[in-house]
Amino acid sequence: MADPRGFLKTTERETPARRPVSIRLRDWKEVYAERESGQIERQAGRCMDCGVAFCHQGCPLGNLIPEFNDLVHRDEWKSAIERLHSTNNFPEFTGRLCPAPCESSCVLAINQPAVTIKQSELAIIDTAWEKGYVNPVLPDRLTGKTIAIVGSGPAGLAAAQQLTRVGHTVAVYERDDQVGGLLRYGIPDFKMEKKHIDRRIEQMREEGTRFRTGVTIGVDVTWPELHERYDAVIVATGAPVGRDLPIKGRELSGIHFAMDYLVPSNRVVAGESPIDHIDVAEKNVIILGGGDTGADCLGTALRQGALSVTTLAIGQQPPLERPAAQPWPMHPNLFEVQSAHEEGGERTYLASTVEFVGNDRGELTGLVVAETEFVDGARRPKSGSERTIPADVVLLALGYTGIESDAIVNQIQLDLSSRGTIARNRDYDTNIPGVFVAGDAGRGASLIVWAIAEGRAAAARADEYLRGRTTLPSPVSAHDAPIHF
Amino acid sequence: MPNPFDRFNAVPARSGLYDPAHEKDSCGFAMVATTRGFPGHDIISIALSSLRNLEHRGAVGSDAGTGDGAGIQIQIPDRFFRSILPFTLPSQGFYAAGMAFLPLDPTERESEKAHIEEIAASEGLAVLGWREVPTDPTHLGSLALDVIPAFEQLFLADASTTASSIELDRLTFRLRKRAERELGTYFPSLSSRTIVYKGMVTTLQLEPFFPDLSDDRVESTLAVVHSRFSTNTFPSWPLAQPFRYIAHNGEINTINANRNWMRARQSQLSSVLLGDLTSLFPIVTEGASDSASFDEVVELLELAGRSLPHAIMMMVPEAWENDDAMDSTRRDFYRYHSSMMEPWDGPAALAFSDGALAGATLDRNGLRPGRFLVTDDGLVVLASEIGVFDIDPRKVVRKGRLQPGRMFLVDTVNGRIIEDDEIKDSIAASGPWGEWSRDNAIVLKELPWREHIIHTAPSVQRRQRTFGYTEEEVRVLIMPMAQTGSEPIGAMGSDSPVAVLSDRPRLLFDYFTQQFAQVTNPPLDSIREEIVTSLNVGLGPERNLLDATPEHSRQVALTFPVIDNDELAKVVHLQHDGRPVTRTISGLYRIDEGAQAMEQRLAQMCEEVDSALDDGAMFVVLSDRDSNKDFAPIPSLLMLSAIHHHLIRTSRRMQSSLIVEAGDVREVHHVATLVGFGASAINPYLAMETAELLVRSGRIKGITTEEAVANIIYALGKGLLKTMSKMGISTVASYAGAQAFEAVGLSPDVIGRYFTGVTSILGGVTMDIIAEETRRRHELAYGDPSTFHEVLPVGGEYAWRREGPPHLFNPETVFKLQHATREKRYDIFRDYTRAVDEQAERLMTLRGLFRFSGDRTPVPLQEVESAHDIIQRFSTGAMSFGAISHEMHETLAIAMNRLGARSNTGEGGESVERLLDPERRSAIKQVASGRFGVTSMYLTHADDIQIKMAQGAKPGEGGQLPSNKVYPWIARTRMGTPGVGLISPPPHHDIYSIEDLKQLVYDLKRSNPAARIHVKLVSEAGVGTVAAGVAKSKADVILISGHDGGTGASPLSSLKHAGTPWELGLAEAQQTLMLNDMRGRIVLQVDGQMKTGRDVVIAALLGAEEFGFATAPMVVSGCIMMRVCHLDTCPVGVATQNPLLRERFTGKPEFVETFFEYIAEEVREILASLGFRTLEEAIGRREILDVDRAVNHWKTEGLNLSAVLDGPVFAESAPRFNVSQQDHQLDDHIDHTFIRDAAVSLSDSVPVKLFADVRNTDRAIGTMLGHYVTKAHGEIGLEPNTIDISLSGSAGQSLGAFVPRGITLRLIGDSNDYVGKGLSGGRIVLRQPPESPFPSNTNIIAGNVVGYGATSGEMFIAGVVGERFAVRNSGATAVVEGVGDHALEYMTGGVALILGTTGRNIGAGMSGGYAYVVDLDRASVNQAALQSGELELTPLSDDDAESVRDLLETHVNETGSRYASHLLDDWSVTRDRITAITPRDFRKVTIIRNAALDAGTDPDGEEVWGQIMEVTGG
Repeated sequence: MADPRGFLKTTERETPARRPVSIRLRDWKEVYAERESGQIERQAGRCMDCGVAFCHQGCPLGNLIPEFNDLVHRDEWKSAIERLHSTNNFPEFTGRLCPAPCESSCVLAINQPAVTIKQSELAIIDTAWEKGYVNPVLPDRLTGKTIAIVGSGPAGLAAAQQLTRVGHTVAVYERDDQVGGLLRYGIPDFKMEKKHIDRRIEQMREEGTRFRTGVTIGVDVTWPELHERYDAVIVATGAPVGRDLPIKGRELSGIHFAMDYLVPSNRVVAGESPIDHIDVAEKNVIILGGGDTGADCLGTALRQGALSVTTLAIGQQPPLERPAAQPWPMHPNLFEVQSAHEEGGERTYLASTVEFVGNDRGELTGLVVAETEFVDGARRPKSGSERTIPADVVLLALGYTGIESDAIVNQIQLDLSSRGTIARNRDYDTNIPGVFVAGDAGRGASLIVWAIAEGRAAAARADEYLRGRTTLPSPVSAHDAPIHF
Repeated sequence: MPNPFDRFNAVPARSGLYDPAHEKDSCGFAMVATTRGFPGHDIISIALSSLRNLEHRGAVGSDAGTGDGAGIQIQIPDRFFRSILPFTLPSQGFYAAGMAFLPLDPTERESEKAHIEEIAASEGLAVLGWREVPTDPTHLGSLALDVIPAFEQLFLADASTTASSIELDRLTFRLRKRAERELGTYFPSLSSRTIVYKGMVTTLQLEPFFPDLSDDRVESTLAVVHSRFSTNTFPSWPLAQPFRYIAHNGEINTINANRNWMRARQSQLSSVLLGDLTSLFPIVTEGASDSASFDEVVELLELAGRSLPHAIMMMVPEAWENDDAMDSTRRDFYRYHSSMMEPWDGPAALAFSDGALAGATLDRNGLRPGRFLVTDDGLVVLASEIGVFDIDPRKVVRKGRLQPGRMFLVDTVNGRIIEDDEIKDSIAASGPWGEWSRDNAIVLKELPWREHIIHTAPSVQRRQRTFGYTEEEVRVLIMPMAQTGSEPIGAMGSDSPVAVLSDRPRLLFDYFTQQFAQVTNPPLDSIREEIVTSLNVGLGPERNLLDATPEHSRQVALTFPVIDNDELAKVVHLQHDGRPVTRTISGLYRIDEGAQAMEQRLAQMCEEVDSALDDGAMFVVLSDRDSNKDFAPIPSLLMLSAIHHHLIRTSRRMQSSLIVEAGDVREVHHVATLVGFGASAINPYLAMETAELLVRSGRIKGITTEEAVANIIYALGKGLLKTMSKMGISTVASYAGAQAFEAVGLSPDVIGRYFTGVTSILGGVTMDIIAEETRRRHELAYGDPSTFHEVLPVGGEYAWRREGPPHLFNPETVFKLQHATREKRYDIFRDYTRAVDEQAERLMTLRGLFRFSGDRTPVPLQEVESAHDIIQRFSTGAMSFGAISHEMHETLAIAMNRLGARSNTGEGGESVERLLDPERRSAIKQVASGRFGVTSMYLTHADDIQIKMAQGAKPGEGGQLPSNKVYPWIARTRMGTPGVGLISPPPHHDIYSIEDLKQLVYDLKRSNPAARIHVKLVSEAGVGTVAAGVAKSKADVILISGHDGGTGASPLSSLKHAGTPWELGLAEAQQTLMLNDMRGRIVLQVDGQMKTGRDVVIAALLGAEEFGFATAPMVVSGCIMMRVCHLDTCPVGVATQNPLLRERFTGKPEFVETFFEYIAEEVREILASLGFRTLEEAIGRREILDVDRAVNHWKTEGLNLSAVLDGPVFAESAPRFNVSQQDHQLDDHIDHTFIRDAAVSLSDSVPVKLFADVRNTDRAIGTMLGHYVTKAHGEIGLEPNTIDISLSGSAGQSLGAFVPRGITLRLIGDSNDYVGKGLSGGRIVLRQPPESPFPSNTNIIAGNVVGYGATSGEMFIAGVVGERFAVRNSGATAVVEGVGDHALEYMTGGVALILGTTGRNIGAGMSGGYAYVVDLDRASVNQAALQSGELELTPLSDDDAESVRDLLETHVNETGSRYASHLLDDWSVTRDRITAITPRDFRKVTIIRNAALDAGTDPDGEEVWGQIMEVTGG
């Protein structure tokens, strides 16, 4: 470690500034301003190179955080990207999108603001692209084995890159017209511009990974056909089914799942003209659900020029500080001010939606909301506290319930878990030999780091399946969970 | 082959973990001689009387009548023999006589005698007759009687009647050796010149047992007597001393190397004088003690033509290597002879005699005492102590001491004493040694330089993978070495698996752990006492030891055993007579053919070496360079050791030197193992290339590649020196081949074939596994192209990483332990312990291999003793206030006090306010080598006093509290200077041997008779034997620490590679103590990574009854295993003194209490399930343990734990735990009369004057009295001189140890070692009797290590004292008229005024206080400190002059010294003759603090601290 006393010299946490709200609302570009020179080197110097690196445990990928912080601190960007790439295929994605459980478990965070680990990661990969350190890594020779990967989200892409590099011939199937899955159309550009995906896909193509877009497995090609044509199959189709709110008035027009709103909006940003585009300009928008998806809807709605945007969350407002029940180094549920939250809108907590109200045209005009009360641990609306809020559009951002399972179950009889995901053992094996599952499709909706980690691990398992042994890293087992008691 | 040492002893065979090879002994001796020219019985009487007064230096076994052995060597008593023998003797010198130990059975005896006579005849000797030696076994102990031999003396003459004296002895030597080899007969001696009487008797029993000795007709001009202290209670008649030429006090640390090399050089031996030697081999007999082996070699050298002093000089050379002041002829002598034999090194006082000369010498470091006096009628009495024989002071004309490396010789024939210089100069001048060396020695520097080769980055990286480098190793090990030239430091213990339990490939080096010295011999201080060390190596063949020719010098002289590529290239290109003399042999094998190919290649390498030697090669380079895809490197240690042992077996080892060119070598431990297994030089090419690459790639900035390489070499070499020092070995020549390692996890097959003689208790991996490990590494370099990134594997040995080896403490266990104890959640605690225990079972620890078995019926939980009762057996580990924060330290103390358990002060002392606070005190007070804050007050208020002999994390090493952690409050408690670093020396300077430990136990017991005295040891093979010796030293508690214990700072190589797991050490201690019938007297404690209830129960079943925890309660208090304790940057306030960080401490005593309650609760549950109602019932019930075969992986197949689990069988009634007390003989202490007579002072502070006659058996005079003064009057004590005691005679060791203020001891006479040890405010005055005829400033009055660890008080000593005066003095004032070597070492405070001559190395490590020396010789001051400016030499300032003059006046008043009085009379001249020695940082800090006081600022404040840090560079 370059400076053991760094954390005593630099005691403040600094992160890059976000661009002024008034300016960034006018475009769809990423909200962060240019990195201030010297800042990240200084911040990385706060890393204490712990004897037990809890951050390294906190990161599902097992990123070698003390190592890369040291390299950042020393300005050794080339070694830094090698180190980072050795555990993470796509730091440009995680550096922008990961909620950074590593920082929650940073030892410095016991009593000081955590090291800005995510910023180190981002700085490393951005610098690496800039300086041309990211190049295709070609396999020495090919194994002659073929693998189909269904789904081109972070799990599928990670698995594809790992397997391609050990010499397998990998085809990635994507039902959309472009590769990226949720990354491509689920995430608004102000969080991550799409050029990052394109640049990475270009590298993967050069390495030999084949991409088949616009192909829906189960429809264009059946699952049994796929299974037969390839030596192994990895299912990485995600868990995109949104949680519904089946209450009175749900059938009214103007009530949408968040993804049904975000995907076409993002397509518009990408220059396409989707037919199902929902423009909320000059409308009163209510977002149900206080999570990341809700925030994405918020930022998008504000940029579209919504009249008002209100986020209703059923639970309590999360605390600002770590609660006793979620002690360090757990990843706590805290009140977060994402960039979108800064930009406008209203956040209401303890709001239980009782019913949607509409006009006789079947159009949504508002919703009735009551205060949440807790009875025997269950949440329910407190009677007598109902009030009506006007709304033109309601976006359901209430989380995800599982996978789109019909084709898989019907065509190849994959077992499902009780949670509606594809069942698997610790090693990503499904009940059908040669078929593996990685990412949200197995785990249920989770963080992007878990998706990449699973993709890497499932790749190792598939490689082992095909060759009898593997030298690929397997950062997590399918049953691993974040640290808890 | 029969072996004389196998007979007449009761030493058990090897069994379980007990191995008789570990037995040690040590002792006291005396030599008496006269220069008057004629023999007399008086000399024998004096010797025997002296022996009786050495009784306390010996020991008795478990049966009080059986001594460890005693004996006497005298001249052949010609008059006596002539008058009693029924047959006629030739004239004196023409017959030889010697006692034989023969079988008691008459038939066997007669048959053996007949055989002896046959051999005699065949060697040309005539048997004159036999004599049955009268003995009186009345008082003998039963153990000794059980194995007693018959004693008969044999009388012989040359059959041709021509040979006499030494010539005759050459014949009897052949007879004796053959009788030993062919019949196993033991002759204590068989000589025409001397005879030995010895046996398993106490010093008091010797004379009555052999009535001959009382016969007036038995006469001699010289006598050597010896009293033995053995670490066991098993009698062995042949091992009593003296031997034929020598008596030895101490231990030969290098004995393994010496024996190995003697065996190796046997094939070269030839002597015209001795005839064909082959029938006499081995020269060094198996199963003998170190002293016996030494004697056998001295004997060979003497009989083969060298004089006895010459032989001794060869074997025990002075520290000539770094002594530029030494006469060049003498250095030439030593240099020349160093090419023939390595030093026999270790704490050794040797008395020797050939029947005409009687002499004595000390080891190069002066680690044993030896005192002598000379009377006006020519009597010389030399002994381990002064005062062993009463002599009228008026007759004594000279008193002296043995000095390091110096010889003292009495020529009884010519009737004179020969001084060291005279004898050595004459021997040095006896041959053209210098000329031979200069003409023949090859100096590398003088050879032509060669072009340096630079390897490309990809080449270096590829090979790094081949040799299993990790990124962590490059960052943590190589970078610091390359940058700073010093070994990397780490903190906290090692909690990852040992090599054999690790399921990843490990280097072969990792299977060896370093041995280290504890108790029976001391580690050395390779930094502060560097002058006695040497890294010199002679490369090249060795020739006949019994000859001396110019050719013997034909060697390459290396000054460092680690060589760079260019130096190696020079050696490789060496030529002699136009022919190359170096052969490089490649250590590569076909990787795809596995172990078989590796073994075949090793066999081929042996053949290639043979043919190289046939071709006249002098140097053999074993190289693993040029590995590739198909050929992988054999582990360098394996190829080296294989060749080394092959050459030993074929008796060709001395024909060449082995040089290792190895890519796997990258840390100190690697270098140490290679040298330890016989390499003469090592070229760690890849480590150096890695360093070069780090510089070239910019990762290391500011130095050149050459500097980086030089730094690596320096760090590895210095680290080697330190590793050697841990074993107490000071020269590489004697460390090479010493095999000072034990193996953990290597199969008997691998050991037997390639590492012959190494202890490997557990068995373990085979060649197949070693090959597989190599294959896995090789695959990383050449295997699958799946490693896309150019970076190396991460590592994770030193800091936890997911892909690295598992650690017991990892995020999950740390988190759960903290959460459970903070939230009082027993369910989560069980999750924690389950996680730890499961990890253990996944083979992280040995105890993980165990499972509970047996068919005992469980008992209900409520019937098991309470958690409270169990907790009484718990303590926290020794962590000093200084290493850890005030908050952490008090948290542990409060918790343990509330629980009724014990916390430990650590070695940092304890402030008086805590000392007296029942809530915040620590019940266990540690006494470590730094003696920080060890005062009468500290000791008096202890429940337990713990002597730290070694520490698990770094056994054999001292400690260092860096300057930036010595905050003012730490400095106060430790009595140092704020901002000035504090060092704990590697050895306790009052423990160089087992009898010294016995003495310290004695002193501490008297400093607080109610306290239990602990001795803390670290687990290693042989620790059981040490424990038995410690039990005989009367310690009350023995603590066995595991190798994995924590530390605030330790070199990483020690953290990882020294010591063994506690499971082994504890089991061995239990077995050995029970074998010796001593278990019941002792309490056995264990610690080292104890984390769960299961750990506790397993320890109990293996024999422990008390349990220590350190890391776990720290984690409970917030520690998150940062491992930066040494940097003072602990971010949670646990191991830091930084006030800012201490505010972040979140621990509470309640959490720690909860932890121990939960542990005890778990223990209860396990006990219940095993059917035990108390922990006591479980102690030592190892039959409950079994090996769980379910836990296994590819490397553990060959492990065999039977030695731990089976071992010797004991009677059901044999005590398995502590049942009785040691007999401390407290009632016999001289202080009882003082305590009685000073009752009014104790109660009412009334002054008294007392008088007593004393002798050397009166030890620790005043210490117990001091205890009562402190108890009654506290820290301040009494007014000075309140209890004023005048003593007369020779005082025993530790006069005035720890005496507090108010006590004055005035001794007229002289005193032994350790005067004023730990002086705590009292006054000690020493003076010669007024009637003594000699001057006080040239004669010795007190022994070694005077004033060690003194904290306050005064000493006025009118005479010269021995080595190591005022070591670690922190506050006392001492005046003395002359000192030996190493004076003022580590002094941190107080005042020393030295009025006369000094030895070498003054002020090493001195960091505080004031010292003044008359006529100081600059060269005698520690050179490193002078060159770095740490010590400043100045004339006296006016202020100084005034205080020095006052001090001198007081000295004259107190002692009446005529010498000092003259100095005072000539004050103006004297003043100019005095030099002040001042530590620079101490002076600067004192100025800053005084200025602050003057300015009214807080000298302890932040501002002043900042100024201090600036000047001390903290």
